[in-house]
Amino acid sequence: MSQTLTNRASPDAATQLDIYRRMVRIERNDEFTRAQIRQGRITAPYYSARGQEAIPSAISSLLNDDDKICTIYRGIHDMVAKNMPLRPLWAEISGRVDGTCKGKGGPMHLTHPETGVMVTTGIVGSSMPIANGFGWAALLDGSKQVTVAYFGDGASNIGAFHEALNLAGVWKLPVIFVCQNNGFAEHTRYENGTAVDQISKRAIGYGMPGYTVDGNDPIDVYAHAHAAIERARAGEGPTLLECKTFRFFGHVFGDDDKYMNPGEKDAAREFDPLPRFRQKLIDDGIATEEQLEQLKAEIEAEVKDAIEFAQSCEYPSVDELRRDVFAEEIPA
Amino acid sequence: MSTDTLEKPTTEMVKMNGMQAINAALVEAMEADPKVILLGEDVADREGGGVIGVTRGLSTKFGDLRVRSTPIAEQAIVGAAIGAAMAGYKPIAEIMLMNFTTVAMDMIVNHAAKLRFMSGGQSQVPMVIRTLTGAGNQTAGQHADFYEAWFCHTAGIKVVIPWTPADFKGLYLSAIQDPDPVMIIESGKTLFVPMDTPANQGPIPIGKAQVVTEGTDLTIVSYGQMMFTVMQAVEELTKAGVSVEVINLRTISPWDKETVLASAEKTGRLLVVHEAGRNFGPGAEIAATAQEALFGKLKAPVGRLGAPYCSVPFAKKLEDAFLVQPPEIVAEAQKLVAFG
Repeated sequence: MSQTLTNRASPDAATQLDIYRRMVRIERNDEFTRAQIRQGRITAPYYSARGQEAIPSAISSLLNDDDKICTIYRGIHDMVAKNMPLRPLWAEISGRVDGTCKGKGGPMHLTHPETGVMVTTGIVGSSMPIANGFGWAALLDGSKQVTVAYFGDGASNIGAFHEALNLAGVWKLPVIFVCQNNGFAEHTRYENGTAVDQISKRAIGYGMPGYTVDGNDPIDVYAHAHAAIERARAGEGPTLLECKTFRFFGHVFGDDDKYMNPGEKDAAREFDPLPRFRQKLIDDGIATEEQLEQLKAEIEAEVKDAIEFAQSCEYPSVDELRRDVFAEEIPA
Repeated sequence: MSTDTLEKPTTEMVKMNGMQAINAALVEAMEADPKVILLGEDVADREGGGVIGVTRGLSTKFGDLRVRSTPIAEQAIVGAAIGAAMAGYKPIAEIMLMNFTTVAMDMIVNHAAKLRFMSGGQSQVPMVIRTLTGAGNQTAGQHADFYEAWFCHTAGIKVVIPWTPADFKGLYLSAIQDPDPVMIIESGKTLFVPMDTPANQGPIPIGKAQVVTEGTDLTIVSYGQMMFTVMQAVEELTKAGVSVEVINLRTISPWDKETVLASAEKTGRLLVVHEAGRNFGPGAEIAATAQEALFGKLKAPVGRLGAPYCSVPFAKKLEDAFLVQPPEIVAEAQKLVAFG
């Protein structure tokens, strides 16, 4: 059974504003990315996470810089939420040498250890087994560090999910498994590819708590992530969080929506996390309309600066083909 | 047979087998470096210290957190090793048998081997994958394959196949401290045959071959348990008056081109012998490289011996025929020597 959380932690006003800031940073970054792709300035497959902002934003508000995340090809929102700087991010997705991976990884494989972005994998399911290794290292170090493994609903059907969650359960690893259930595995509807109605129910098979969370509500995500992170830091082991959400730009940017039901996306827009949370902050007196506009303007300036920076950077030298294969450069 | 012709013992020699040598290397590495950790199916003492006892005593000595038995879950094993390696540890992941690496191919090929490159050098994955294989024990089609060529074909992972206990000790010490992923393939017989080994055998560099016997008529390159077969054939060839230079390749990728090509140039004839399938096997790469570098200098085409294009069979008669045997090596060598 999917569980119900008792003792729900609530983010204070400053934390709510912090979560909102992360969400806007993701949303603005995504908007500008899609615009750059449409203009032909970036030539790369792009897996927009528009609609999924609340999940990593609420979770990251509970993480320290040295806490780690392992994420997937639809994962730039997870990185931006973890405060990855935008200049090297944009240089990377633009294929420039000043990118965080020297232009060798691209949008599906960004890495930025300084902010805890350890692995971004293009293979469905593969963030989870690697996250366990960071968890094991934290136990060996005797640290309180936690690792978040992000993945999608489709990844809960691949073998790596089962192997990784079982091992984490047996070893009581400080790992939080966060399934961002956006309702589709590529173009396959959830119910046509997943035999159980809630992925969180699978947690019972791995001896860990499992919760289904409203992934469009940062307050609900915060409460569950708080419990999971506390549990991990206390040495009690992993948790599976299934955060239900929606992706507004399909599997890969440029998809048509033929595999969706008519009107489905429009209906989902009513639950778009951004306008709802924005209104909540205003209604609760946490921020004013003007303050939030100011915040948006600051973030847009940051994104524009990053784009300009990226476009001013050089492309990598072909010598890079011989570098980083091994620690030692391969002779020409 | 002299197994250590060109090893220069600086101290007393002791008789040990490959298993004991690996165990000694692991103990030495774990004592010297608290970052060295180990995981795999049944590796801890509670489970018997490994399927054939190679890791016996380690969990008792170093604790259950550093030496961890795992579920039968190869992706989880290699994945955990990758994460721990990126977090600053030096994990040794045991995949009990080489055929089981197929279950962990995504973790090995897409992740362990590539994360350094894909991250522009930010991610380091200093891990060892140790795995056992080899035909000869009637374990048939899913427990005995040599798949080294797959991993040699994958940029970013080194592939080592030791022969002698000294190889095991020295190559393990190097692999554990290597900054990149290293796969060490342990071939059946090499673990069990006792040989004279320097008591204080130190690291043997990865990427360097060993010239086992010097000769003038023909160079034979081999590795792993096939070296035993080669040495039997060389005894016959020597009696027949053929002077053979035998090279124990030790590292299959990156392989020691310098030593192999210098020897082939000297003898003018090269024969590569391995247990892996002959088609697209490491012998093909070595032969192609030799003809590129030595075209016109060789006295005969490069010879290749390896397994036929079929699965490892069960029946003893078939298994014997599947494996390269000394008479085949002798015949192939004689053919090359007679060539010109």
